[in-house]
Amino acid sequence: MAASGAGEASPVLQSPIVIGASAVYLALLFAVAYWGDKRADEGRSVIANPTIYALSMAVYCTTWTYYGSVGRAAVTGVGFLPIYLGPTLVMALGGFLLLKMIRTAKANRITSIADFIASRYGKSQLLGGLVTVIAVIGIVPYIALQLKAVASSYDLIVGYPALKAVVESNEPVLADTTFWIALILAAFTILFGTRHLDATERHEGMVAAVALESVVKLLAFGAVGLFVTYGLYDGFGDVFARALADERLAKLTAVAAGNRSYATWFSLTFLAGLAILFLPRQFQVTVVENVSEAHLKRAIWLFPLYLLLINLFVLPIALGGLMRFAGQGVDADTFVLTLPMAAQQEWLALLVFVGGLSAATGMVIVETIALSTMVCNDLVMPLLLRARALALHAEHDLSGLLLRIRRGAIVVILLLGYLYFRLAGDAYALVGIGLISFSAVAQFAPAMIGGMYWRGGTRDGALAGLLAGFAVWAYTLLLPSFSKSGWMPASFVSDGLFGIELLKPHQLFGLTGLDDISHCLFWSLAANVGAYIAVSLMRAPTAAEASQATQFVDALKTTRPVGSALWRGSADAAELIALVGRFLGPARAQTAFAAYARRHDIADVANLEADADLVHYAESLLAGAIGSASARAMVASVAKEEPLSLGEVMNILDEASQLRSYSRELERKSRQLEDATGELKAANERLRELDRLKDDFMASVSHELRTPLTSIRAFSEILRDDPKTALQDRERFLSIIVSETERLTRLVNQILDMAKIESGNAEWLVEEVDLGGIVEQSAAATSQLFRDKNVALELDLAGGLPLLRGDRDRLMQVVINLLSNAVKFAPAGAGKVHVRLFRAQGELRVSVSDNGPGIRREDQEVIFDRFRQGGDSMTSKPTGTGLGLPISRKIVEYFSGRLWVESEPGQGASFIFSLPLQNNEGEDNA
Amino acid sequence: MQRTMLTVQRLVAVFLAGFVLFNYPILALFDRAATLLGVPLVFVYLFAVWALVIAAMAWVVEHPERHDGRERSGGG
Repeated sequence: MAASGAGEASPVLQSPIVIGASAVYLALLFAVAYWGDKRADEGRSVIANPTIYALSMAVYCTTWTYYGSVGRAAVTGVGFLPIYLGPTLVMALGGFLLLKMIRTAKANRITSIADFIASRYGKSQLLGGLVTVIAVIGIVPYIALQLKAVASSYDLIVGYPALKAVVESNEPVLADTTFWIALILAAFTILFGTRHLDATERHEGMVAAVALESVVKLLAFGAVGLFVTYGLYDGFGDVFARALADERLAKLTAVAAGNRSYATWFSLTFLAGLAILFLPRQFQVTVVENVSEAHLKRAIWLFPLYLLLINLFVLPIALGGLMRFAGQGVDADTFVLTLPMAAQQEWLALLVFVGGLSAATGMVIVETIALSTMVCNDLVMPLLLRARALALHAEHDLSGLLLRIRRGAIVVILLLGYLYFRLAGDAYALVGIGLISFSAVAQFAPAMIGGMYWRGGTRDGALAGLLAGFAVWAYTLLLPSFSKSGWMPASFVSDGLFGIELLKPHQLFGLTGLDDISHCLFWSLAANVGAYIAVSLMRAPTAAEASQATQFVDALKTTRPVGSALWRGSADAAELIALVGRFLGPARAQTAFAAYARRHDIADVANLEADADLVHYAESLLAGAIGSASARAMVASVAKEEPLSLGEVMNILDEASQLRSYSRELERKSRQLEDATGELKAANERLRELDRLKDDFMASVSHELRTPLTSIRAFSEILRDDPKTALQDRERFLSIIVSETERLTRLVNQILDMAKIESGNAEWLVEEVDLGGIVEQSAAATSQLFRDKNVALELDLAGGLPLLRGDRDRLMQVVINLLSNAVKFAPAGAGKVHVRLFRAQGELRVSVSDNGPGIRREDQEVIFDRFRQGGDSMTSKPTGTGLGLPISRKIVEYFSGRLWVESEPGQGASFIFSLPLQNNEGEDNA
Repeated sequence: MQRTMLTVQRLVAVFLAGFVLFNYPILALFDRAATLLGVPLVFVYLFAVWALVIAAMAWVVEHPERHDGRERSGGG
């Protein structure tokens, strides 16, 4: 370390104080984690809170964001943003994508991304192992990035007031700060993540600590941002105004300028979108540590909001640094720290350092815990179990071994990170290293997304896709990173492998015009997706693949076959409990099975029956501890299983889907039933109404019949009882009797007529008729009535009208009815009835107008009801049967016509009926 | 899930809108040497759209019942 300034010792930024502050901070984190774990054991979770869930997702923001974004912005301007825009957009899809991942993982006790992929493709140990290897190799540069950032920020801050740390790249390992930082982080991670073995691999304390760290790094970064923007400068406008004055800096505010393109912008957005889903640590906090699906709701917007806030000041800080340190050779990745240092803000610098430490520890802890779980469950355990020796010691408690494997894995992973840092760390800026890791985890996308939405994906397809994608990634990004740092010959990048032009790792097969990352992303995903689909399609899924595919693809459906439906065989309950006890510890196993017994109303664990349900329960307990693939293998070792053929699996799945369709059918039927009930109710209502109408009708009919009968009977009795009645009177009485009888006959006929028409039993004689002729005949038939009452009848019939189809007698009945009504209401002597036949609007109309009293408006519709007559029935004597108009209307309507009345009181009334000229086929309307 | 289908569709719509607004060619419209209140136009544009996308997501997920007919009808 070389000091370039005057070199008075700072009161704050001394290494004991810096180390002390870091230690206090880490102790605080540990206390929070300890408290979180304790609360979890008491069943009062502190992380069952959507805000804490969203904050824990902010573990996405590492030192890459904290220091690296500014470095990136100093070179590419707004080019640092796609790394945060991609996740923002993907969170919008979280509503179903993340939900499906969470639900699947919970249902299958999945504890890592390797477990997820292995489980999906038939619980394949080989696949789980491959994913683990890719994840570890892919993430190692990312861990190196954290080590580099913490180490260089430490070297910087203790070198205060110098603004450049001189790190000798060939320092001996034991003298290298970075090495010690790696070891400290390993120890800290072990304390955090592997104090005890949890059956579901959840770490509540760790999540609480990570959420706290997210707050600290946001506050620290915000403090620097405010200090630079409003302390060193006069707000956003001022920073940008000064930067824009410098032509070189002005270029930084453009998305596409120099070697930056919209293609790079897009591919980085896409890459970051995949990373937020498939980075092992994001999978850990988002899926494995998820307490409740409902928390996703807030995280969908709160996490992107966090990203926005932490990026708000990146560009001002970068521009400020570039302007302040122009020509001094200060690394842009350190501006966040060097700007406060240059301004002698020592406490702020210390806060920044702690914030950076926060960003690094959060990432390293979660990432290495996730990776160590994978290494243990999907890499080491399968190998150990394969060595059979362990499987035979049935009484041995393996839970301690599991913890030791995980701790070992954590140390190894951090040392690998350190190794990468030594080999290639200096060649790249922070973001450059991180993007190499992002491109590696993007390789999981086809197997993951394909596995969740496509039943046809097979284990072989996933293996081929991952291998192909990984190989292309290693060739186009990882190896060149070694080459750049001189560990491999530089000619590998400049001339291609063996000097073959087409194999140049950054211009594979001659593809130029893309930056390194876009180039790698295109070729690796093309190879990955291509191999995944092509190899998957080479054969049908096996029984195991098909049954797992259903569990994953149908994860969001309400009814899906449970795992136990797909198991057949026999097992011994005691052996199962012992097996689980070996990995979880006997006490934990006993508790777990006691809970199972209680749920199934079985008094004692000893009475448990080893049916498919119990076997499945045991397997899922084991899966939480050693991964689904190993759990499958272990259960198979103690149970006698009858393997199901693909056909049988398909049958079970079909049954389940039939069950599903039955339940849908049932739902549909019950809806139909409801509808039918409603209709029945309405029909019943209508029937009641009709019944009431019938009663009314019967009452009216009997009333109408009784009136003439009464008078007939009265006059007949007089004639019988009093033989001395004068002859004149007798004749009068007899004529009354005769006329009343006629009226009675007419009434009965009309009632029958009405009933026939209404029931549709009337006989119709349909032929071509001449309406004019009908009107004339009717007039002739009623002429006597007119003469009797001395009423004038005028006919005004248009000539040359076409014939209609209709029933001659029925239509005559209508006209006669209207005429006799008219004459009835026309005043005697001065009465005048005018009949017109004319053509209007495609129909023929007949109007019969009288100059009688007219009909009140409120009666104009009523008179077409049965037994209802115009006028007040209480005061005026009815002069008809009350059935003429209803029958007439029925007849006219039978021939698709209309019958209505137009009248003004005192102005007479016009009854008009119309018959259509076309389509007047009565049969159509019966 | 059935009941939240509308929410999911809205989120997908936000995703599509954000995807279009954050990329070429719309992005190119704002990617020029202009400033708004002294701040480069593209910077203002990106952060404004970002904030709008977040606001839209928050609105969609936090108020589903008010706009979701199925939920109001008692969740058939």
